[in-house]
Amino acid sequence: MSLFSLGLMRGIVGQVVGFIVGMALTMIIRVAMGLPAWEPEPVWVVGALVSVMGFLLAVGALDDWMQWIVGKETPLRHGPPKDKPAWTRYFSVDYNHKVIGVQYTVLGIIMLMAGGTFALAFRTELLAAGMQFLGMDLFNNFIGLHGIVMIVAILLGIGGMANYLVPLMLGAEDMAFPRLNALGFWFNVPAGILVLGSLALGGWDAGWTGYPPLSARGPIGYQFFFIGVYFVGLSSIVGSTNLLVTILRMRPKGMSLFRMPIFCWAVFATSLIQLTATQLIGLSFLMVLVERALGMGFFDPGVATSLMTGGGDPILFQHLFWFYSHPAVYIFILPGLGIIGELLPVFSRKPLFGYKWVALSSMAIALLGFIVWGHHMFVSGYNPNLRIPFMISTLFVAVPTGVKFFSWVGTIWGGNLRFPTPMLFVLGAISVFLIGGLSGPMLGTVPTDIPLHDTYFVVGHFHATMFGGFVFPFFAALYYWYPKVTGRMYNETLGKIHFWLMTPAFWVQTLGQMTAGVMGMRRRIADYDPLLGNGEITTVHLLITLAGFAIAFGVVLMVYNFLHSAEVGKVAGANPWRSRSPEWQIPSPVPEHSYASPLVVVGEPYDYGLPGSTYVRLAASGDD
Amino acid sequence: MSKYGRHFTIVGLLTIVSTFLVDRLLEGVLYFPEAASTQAGITDNLFNLHLRLISFFFSLIVVFIVYSVVVFRQRGGEEKDGDYFHGNTPLEITWTVLPIFIVIWLGILGTNDLRAMVAPQENEMTVNVIGRQWSWSFEYPDTGIQSTEMVLPKGQPVVAKMRSEDVIHSFFVPEFRVKQDIVPGHITEIRFTPTKVGTYKLRCAELCGLRHATMLADIRVVEQSEYDAWVKEQQGTGKEDAAALGAKVAQLQGCIACHSTDGSTLVGPTWKGLYGEEVELEDGTKVTADDEYLRTAIVDPNSQIVSGFLANLMPTDFGDKLSDEDINNVIAYIKSLK
Repeated sequence: MSLFSLGLMRGIVGQVVGFIVGMALTMIIRVAMGLPAWEPEPVWVVGALVSVMGFLLAVGALDDWMQWIVGKETPLRHGPPKDKPAWTRYFSVDYNHKVIGVQYTVLGIIMLMAGGTFALAFRTELLAAGMQFLGMDLFNNFIGLHGIVMIVAILLGIGGMANYLVPLMLGAEDMAFPRLNALGFWFNVPAGILVLGSLALGGWDAGWTGYPPLSARGPIGYQFFFIGVYFVGLSSIVGSTNLLVTILRMRPKGMSLFRMPIFCWAVFATSLIQLTATQLIGLSFLMVLVERALGMGFFDPGVATSLMTGGGDPILFQHLFWFYSHPAVYIFILPGLGIIGELLPVFSRKPLFGYKWVALSSMAIALLGFIVWGHHMFVSGYNPNLRIPFMISTLFVAVPTGVKFFSWVGTIWGGNLRFPTPMLFVLGAISVFLIGGLSGPMLGTVPTDIPLHDTYFVVGHFHATMFGGFVFPFFAALYYWYPKVTGRMYNETLGKIHFWLMTPAFWVQTLGQMTAGVMGMRRRIADYDPLLGNGEITTVHLLITLAGFAIAFGVVLMVYNFLHSAEVGKVAGANPWRSRSPEWQIPSPVPEHSYASPLVVVGEPYDYGLPGSTYVRLAASGDD
Repeated sequence: MSKYGRHFTIVGLLTIVSTFLVDRLLEGVLYFPEAASTQAGITDNLFNLHLRLISFFFSLIVVFIVYSVVVFRQRGGEEKDGDYFHGNTPLEITWTVLPIFIVIWLGILGTNDLRAMVAPQENEMTVNVIGRQWSWSFEYPDTGIQSTEMVLPKGQPVVAKMRSEDVIHSFFVPEFRVKQDIVPGHITEIRFTPTKVGTYKLRCAELCGLRHATMLADIRVVEQSEYDAWVKEQQGTGKEDAAALGAKVAQLQGCIACHSTDGSTLVGPTWKGLYGEEVELEDGTKVTADDEYLRTAIVDPNSQIVSGFLANLMPTDFGDKLSDEDINNVIAYIKSLK
């Protein structure tokens, strides 16, 4: 078997060829126009755009559509490839949602580790005041890369959970649009290569927010970053469309919206935001791309020192950017909060407290998310009177978020609680998300936001929301569904060590970051004043850095656990957690076509404690 | 739910105890630098109120969870289920409506505090602030003084009118608890009244490129008499030689943020010992750093990039911003740096 029987390898070659074709084409056109052949901005930009197309064509993500153009029928491919080992399907275009779910998840974990590595590098630099080994340029690059790589990792992790679980929870054989599903995943690979490859072309040093004018004047690396983000965004848009249609159209008989597993509600709310807000970040970065490549001064006010022509405004960018990037935060956390709601009843042996309130609070958070973006801009210089409505709308987010916390407490109250690793991570998630949530109103009220904005307090706040809303629930989900995906049990002891290493470390990290911020330490600085906090700042940074390494070690332990247990773990059986959810009523690992017969919903999803009741049954033959 | 009566009493008491402990802990780890403006007092009060609310809600959730983990845990491998109840609508309504009142109350407090923080004062002193990669300078329109440090009399309300020469910067003084972005194409304002004598650091709070971390300036708050003396001293000069005048221009324009005067290498070549030396350019040619070369390097920096340094970093408009005399003085200053 040659390496090129893997779609991934063909795709990478296709991307390189795409680069060469795109760059050559641009240079030929330039020469034909009488311009010098080489001009970095347009040549690299067109090269990068064509390279993504090259990857997608070579990997085969567009095959069926190309066939349709010439009028050929292409029946949906099923099952592992016939002429190659079965594992190769994970490295090639495959239409099965379970394969795509695993592809998303594994790539997500890889990106999580890459993003974490950038963080460890600059955390080590920050161990002491003064510049140690990174250099300011690399430091500024790494903070931005850490940010965007982690965001891509989170989107991939969400994609993984949603793709694997939603069709299973709905009893559907697959997603509504399997080909689109595969395309949605494969967008991420060339995009990730571009984002990481930006380092080779000078990188980009404005942080993941990429505010112009700074981002409009740096090296070519910026263009790779913009194009990479653009295609990750496309993945979000097609993926969320697919999930919305699947949830609305493919539920089984008897599953009304209020009888869906709660995770599906979370994915529904997240997908609504993804479908409608992602365009704005794509647009904002595209506009900077065009500003750089063609000199259209969208965000350039035309100050004397600028090379551009002016006519724009830097604050406009921030509005466009945050109109996506605030709702994006809720994209990141809602699925995780759904996981918490999904797992608590199983391990408490009790119904989910206030199902409808929990479901609708996800929708409320999603909708409120669209009218709070201005709180990122309290000191930006926009109309200062607008700070007041944005302050109030922001504070209102606390209301549906509070409903979720109270309902979780109501769910475990009076239960019969068990604490295997997934449950520990769920409880860890609640504790961490609580820290993140409660530090929110402090940043919501303008007078307290002003000294804290762009300091480490904000860093501590959003890391707590990201870890509590995504990382901890994601890890809980990985441990929980690992037996369903592989058919084997992970190592419980290693899982618990991971938890007890990571959770206290994270508490120290996030509180330490908030402390540094209140002391006056700014975000995104390569070096800091050792006198801050009466000289305590160095100790704080030492603690944060040590905690960061502890978390990283925990993640490595988890990956080892999963790889090792896939070989030697004990056979899990169909339903090791005694869950009522549909996916646990069929064998592990899940068969190619999931359910042997259609699903019929006959009860409530979380009626643990109601004797003799079940949520679903498989239709017998002859059932309608 | 009456079967939980005893549990609720215990949890309630523990929540109260925990609220006080958490508040203590938070006040211990989250401490601001000393408050040195009237704005700081307002912010700190609201901040402390937040800490108390956080302590209460944190305790409420955590005590309930920890208590459940201890009391409702599975014992001796019993595989039985928990109590069967689906929810409680009055409770749900309570914990939805009560927080709505709390957030509205916080919104009103925040609005009033914000108004108090930004209200214009009668006897304000205007200072123009100029931010650029990676230095600050200040102009006092009333007295015509230009300076690279901000000197302010204690108790004097200040309105800073700020502009940027390149990218976005942000005016942040932790001790004053004030922050405002400085946006190219806009003039942004910030108001504060310093209340304590001392030297504080103005820190740029918006990532502005390579040396963002070091974009600092001193703010000296002094007694009125000392301030008057400083004004006199600044205005009293005028008989300085060309090199001294050039040094001042170099400071105010931020030249020395990138060109060291002590031989160390920053973003651009050092000025120490530069004059009269032979310089190797990017294209390999060698030129002597005489008056003519230095003048070109100031007004058209990209035409003669020194080998080992990056193009497109230095502003290209010094030819418009500086008078011939200013440029000659800067050259004289470079000449003096042996």
